[in-house]
Amino acid sequence: MLDEEGEVFKEVFSYFPARRRYLIRLLQTVQQKLGYLSEDAMKEVALHLGISEAETFGVATFYNQFRFVPLGKHHIVVCMGTACHTMGGQLVLDGFERELDVKVGGITPDHEYSLERVGCIGCCTKAPVVLINNIIHPKMTPYKVAEVFAGLRDKGSKSSEEHQE
Amino acid sequence: MTNDWEEIYQRAKEKWEALEASPIHIRIGTPTCGRAAGALDTLKEFREKLEKEGIQGQITEVGCMGLCFAEPLVIISKPEIGLPPICYRNVTYQEVKRLVDGFILGDDPCLELALGTLDLTEDAAPYIPEMLRFEIEERLVLRNCGYIDPQDIDHYIARGGYLSLRKALGMSPEQIIDEVSKAGLRGRGGAGFPTGRKWDLCRSTKNEMKYIICNADEGDPGAFMDRVVLESDPHSMIEGMIIAAYAVGAYEGFIYTRMEYPLVLDRLEQALMQAREYGLLGEDIFGSGFSFDIETVAGAGAFVCGEETAMIASIEGRRGMPRPRPPYPAEYGLNGEPTVVDNVKTLALVARIMGTGAKGFRSIGTPSSPGTAVFALAGRIEQIGLVEVPMGTTLRQVIFDVGGGVPEGRELKAIQIGGPAGGCVGKEALDLPVDFDSFKAAGAIMGSGGMIVLDENNCMVETARFFLDFLAREECGKCIMGRLGIKQLSLILEEIVRGNGREEDLNLLEEISKDLAEGALCNLGRTAPNPILTTLRYFRDEYEAHIKEKRCPALVCKDLIAYYILPERCERGCEHCVLTCPTEAIVSDEKTRTKRIQQDKCVKCGTCLEICPPEYNAVIKVSPPDRIKELEAKIGG
Ligand SMILES: Cc1cc2nc3c(=O)[nH]c(=O)nc-3n(C[C@H](O)[C@H](O)[C@H](O)COP(=O)(O)O)c2cc1C
Ligand code: SF4
Ligand code: SF4
Ligand code: FES
Ligand code: FES
Repeated sequence: MLDEEGEVFKEVFSYFPARRRYLIRLLQTVQQKLGYLSEDAMKEVALHLGISEAETFGVATFYNQFRFVPLGKHHIVVCMGTACHTMGGQLVLDGFERELDVKVGGITPDHEYSLERVGCIGCCTKAPVVLINNIIHPKMTPYKVAEVFAGLRDKGSKSSEEHQE
Repeated sequence: MTNDWEEIYQRAKEKWEALEASPIHIRIGTPTCGRAAGALDTLKEFREKLEKEGIQGQITEVGCMGLCFAEPLVIISKPEIGLPPICYRNVTYQEVKRLVDGFILGDDPCLELALGTLDLTEDAAPYIPEMLRFEIEERLVLRNCGYIDPQDIDHYIARGGYLSLRKALGMSPEQIIDEVSKAGLRGRGGAGFPTGRKWDLCRSTKNEMKYIICNADEGDPGAFMDRVVLESDPHSMIEGMIIAAYAVGAYEGFIYTRMEYPLVLDRLEQALMQAREYGLLGEDIFGSGFSFDIETVAGAGAFVCGEETAMIASIEGRRGMPRPRPPYPAEYGLNGEPTVVDNVKTLALVARIMGTGAKGFRSIGTPSSPGTAVFALAGRIEQIGLVEVPMGTTLRQVIFDVGGGVPEGRELKAIQIGGPAGGCVGKEALDLPVDFDSFKAAGAIMGSGGMIVLDENNCMVETARFFLDFLAREECGKCIMGRLGIKQLSLILEEIVRGNGREEDLNLLEEISKDLAEGALCNLGRTAPNPILTTLRYFRDEYEAHIKEKRCPALVCKDLIAYYILPERCERGCEHCVLTCPTEAIVSDEKTRTKRIQQDKCVKCGTCLEICPPEYNAVIKVSPPDRIKELEAKIGG
């Protein structure tokens, strides 16, 4: 376990008392801080609550929110809810899969991009929508996929240039 | 305490009146959907412009008026010119300069950008007389939405908020339950169970501990009613929840919402904090001796957690699996104690019923479904957004008069209602009145209010496949019938849309559906066949086309279509499609400049069709793909 992780656990455990019912909230908070649930994280949470690791894992795997690998630098979430599907969301998802050359649920080898799907973010009036780093992109089309993507690459290279300066 | 309240109320009223009287007041809708349309940039631009010009104006962030198709939405009041406030549509930051220079600094109301003027109805709900939809609408739940600042409890109080709670605390719990029962309130979460009866069951148990849970999960994809209410007017639900708690005898409450709704969580936390500050939550509310507090819980992305017993499991920190009912949560719920689970809109309506009385509520809607229905209109419909109509309004009115019908003169094909396990009804159902019982009779369910309109560009078989795929991903896996049955249905549909369907599949679909409807443990499984049964009932010919002719009539199913460029329509100097095709599938003949799609390279992304300028419209889809040979032969000959 990294020291940094240890600090996170200590902090999170200090505001959630060791009660069984806080399991999901503990996992959510740890994931929010670390970006994903590492094996150590699951172990520590189980230890804190005094329950088995298997049970912790069982709960974590039930919910779509929990991830066991880190996210990419840009996290792309394509909505596959009813409104988005009706308005052509599948073509948009196909577009991202093609551009990134990863399947939904995956991450590019350089850890730049990860791709996920979601059931609905409640922004159905702007369907189809895509969430990139928590910003909503409304009324997407396959053509806009390439555009959005070019924008991201651009920003990516700009910010790394800024870093160098 | 009572004196304190008078003070709070007076202060809130003065604050509101000052706002209404201010020479310039700009309201900007910044809920999630407004943000997606750029409302935060609009807000920033207004702030900067007012500051730069040194204008003494008030800017208020409000929620969603339901006119999502016109977002970003801005309402400007300038009382001195003698006009009512004006509501403007699609005000992105680029339009701000025009409005500031024209209307705020000058006297030109910029009517070309306006949707209409904003008036108030008798009970102070905002409406726009120029729009037909507001004549049909009746806003009980949405009364404050898009008009008040959801982040300022004073706005809610100034408009009569928390007076119902005050009144309710002066009554006995039995009297409240009696009033809710007399009003005929039925739960708005989907099933339409009488709320009063549920409360009574919970009230009459002898347990010391009881809980109340607000179901704000809204797992139905395509539905966003509860999100809008909580982002726009959270206190209306909270007030109802406190009344409910007092009526059933609960001291602790939970609001379960989804982590996909970060703004809802934010606004709820803020609203709860403000309510606590004013003594509306916590110890000894309104000096009545009644104490109650509320905690929020964020779901972790599981549709099934909207089901009440699964939700309870999830709040307890377990996997969100439903369990058989009875016993109902009202007798045996959270931590084994009696628990009432109510939907957001149900609770918001409780606050209204306690204000206006059961009789007032009953005067709206139909005898068996009193009150209003809130619908989230999305899909292929002109005026996408949120509406609230009296129960008994016909579907036709909702879709055509309120929603403006299908855009671009296309034909309505189907209406999808009741969430993923609801159903799709055809045009035949347009005269159906919207209420719990008529929907059931039509083979669909009312659900919680998601309504998605489909037109000829939607394939009904593919739509059914989509829902079964969704349900197969989201079912909890507890019962065998649910686990295997749903998966099996989903696989059969998958084969049909791929063009591998067999004629006996239709019978098989119906048989498995029947077994599932009878044998699954919870309502997710029991209602999962609905998308199949309703599409088979209304659109059987589409299934047959897929199976017998390997053809997708709506030109949607990828394996059954191909893209083709009509040489006679193609403008040969144009290269748009060639340049944008992601797989370089389009080639241009060197001499004639004719464009041709190499079918083996085409991934059917649709970009060429989207990009081909509308004046040429040269790209078409055909089904089955073999039709291309015919078309090519025609040119050849
Ligand atoms: C699979 C499934 C999902 C559900 N999702 C929701 C939901 O998102 N919101 C909701 O209020 N009710 C949902 N319900 C209904 C609830 O179980 C419950 O009936 C409702 O919260 C009761 O509240 P009401 O009486 O106010 O309608 C769902 C039911 C099932 C079977
Ligand atoms: S559908 Fe897409 S892949 Fe096929 S030709 Fe058109 S742009 Fe190219
Ligand atoms: S975009 Fe349309 S008009 Fe232009 S070359 Fe392609 S098919 Fe022809
Ligand atoms: S269906 Fe995509 S946001 Fe609701
Ligand atoms: S438990 Fe819900 S379908 Fe099986």
